[in-house]
Amino acid sequence: MPDLGQLFDYQFMVNALEAGGVVAVMAAVVGWFMVVRRQTFAGHTLSVIAFPGAAGAALAGIPVAWGYYAACALGALVLSPAVRGGRSHSSESAVIGTVQAVGLACGFLFVALNHTVLNGLDGILFGTFLGIDAGQVTTLAAVAAATVGLIALAARPLLFASLDAEVAAATGVPVRALGLAFLLVLGLAVAATAQITGSLLVFTLLVTPAATAQVLTARPAAGLAIAVGIALAVTWTGLAIAYYSPYPVGFWITSLSFALYVLARVGRALAARRLRRVALA
Amino acid sequence: MTPAAVQLERAEAVIGGRSIWRDVSLTVGEGEFVSVLGPNGAGKSTLLKAILGLLPLAAGRAEVLGDRPGAHNERIGYLPQRHGFDSSTRVRGADLVRLGLDGGRWGVPLPSWLPGVNGSHAAGARVREVIELVGAGSYAHRSIGDLSGGEQQRLLIAAALVRRPRLLILDEPLDSLDLPNQSTVAALLQRICRSERVAVRLVAHDVNPIQPYLDRVVYFAGGAAAAGRPEEVISSQTLSRLYGVPIEVLRASDGRLVVVGQPEAPHVHTERHA
Repeated sequence: MPDLGQLFDYQFMVNALEAGGVVAVMAAVVGWFMVVRRQTFAGHTLSVIAFPGAAGAALAGIPVAWGYYAACALGALVLSPAVRGGRSHSSESAVIGTVQAVGLACGFLFVALNHTVLNGLDGILFGTFLGIDAGQVTTLAAVAAATVGLIALAARPLLFASLDAEVAAATGVPVRALGLAFLLVLGLAVAATAQITGSLLVFTLLVTPAATAQVLTARPAAGLAIAVGIALAVTWTGLAIAYYSPYPVGFWITSLSFALYVLARVGRALAARRLRRVALA
Repeated sequence: MTPAAVQLERAEAVIGGRSIWRDVSLTVGEGEFVSVLGPNGAGKSTLLKAILGLLPLAAGRAEVLGDRPGAHNERIGYLPQRHGFDSSTRVRGADLVRLGLDGGRWGVPLPSWLPGVNGSHAAGARVREVIELVGAGSYAHRSIGDLSGGEQQRLLIAAALVRRPRLLILDEPLDSLDLPNQSTVAALLQRICRSERVAVRLVAHDVNPIQPYLDRVVYFAGGAAAAGRPEEVISSQTLSRLYGVPIEVLRASDGRLVVVGQPEAPHVHTERHA
């Protein structure tokens, strides 16, 4: 049994736990709304765009974090005309898919041009908790406070517009403006989350906790709380395991949140079956 | 005297340079149950947009709840044409009704257990009341995506009613329902129309499931409209004038109306119109 107190001996580990906690809360809240709005594909594209952003920033010699934020904000603006109203429709997926392919190709080009980043490629794609400095933690906290604050402010109109755009618009909710604002917030959340989980594993915090929460409850407030709880638990546990293991942190966080998702689905299926049996008896 | 819920005088609607209908005059009084009928593309949904102020009239005058259209949309309950929620929509029916009440408000609602917060109690009571009114009490706590089309429709009607509107507008509310559900929802709407003193205006393809409950009918065809009591409007004479071709309205022994001779008979349900 390893000594858990050891986790807090190094400043880099303390930074990682703080940054992970901040990111988990933000990703769970934004992700819950993303799942309700069915914009998972748009979110995935933003996370793929984060990769060329980070690789490009490394190539240009500027902080990688800036690359994440700039690429995701730009991506949100590019996608916004394609993602109209509340929910995504299949015709938009062609535009989104095209943007995604270009993003990946650019990222690969930047990596090929810059041979020194090759060592960091794992980190960009699959996450790292090494080298998160105190300044980065502060920036992440500021981004998280801003995104969660904006979502809280717009929570009811946003949920209304996501479920029933036409009725919401008729009662005066600015459906289109909210849609664009949400994509920008989603971009920020993806950029911040990618710095912990890597750009390919963003969904482990953005989608899986929210999806698990939706399996467990149809109450909006309870769903948000459960999503945040799951995201925090898997992030901190994943960081702790990764500290003692040779495998990347993104892998551990993903495995843990996936396991919880499977448990939730199996649990609900069993509960539904027992309910049916009681009803039949 | 209370103003009419909806009044149109010689109104004309134009979309993309094309006149949809013109010279339409009609009055809907408080607490009247009105159905808007007509073939696809005749301008039924256009009328609803004009009433909500989403489409300005090209000519004529419109007054909704005693003011210009769109001025009092908070007192209009609106239920657009829709495809139902699928099972991946994990939000309770009661939450949807609650959004109808305060879904437009910004900020986080304060929890009701805090001292001095009464609004939340009143809102919760109103949501329960309107859910009972539409008879959805036994399933409103379930996820809306798991409910049947008829159950979803009742909850959507509750959401449209929760703010005590003076006018309730429904676009093809019976469209996705089976026949028994069509007639129970129509009966429910008539009951609400009487008990809540709300004018109900419903767009439909098929008049038969709702005909026994209607006070008035507005029939759109051939770029014009006729309004009046159902038996006046759905007559061979009026419809022949509207379509400009001979039309015969037959009454079956069970009271059902069959319209013969028009390009697209409204009782034959083919497809949704745009």
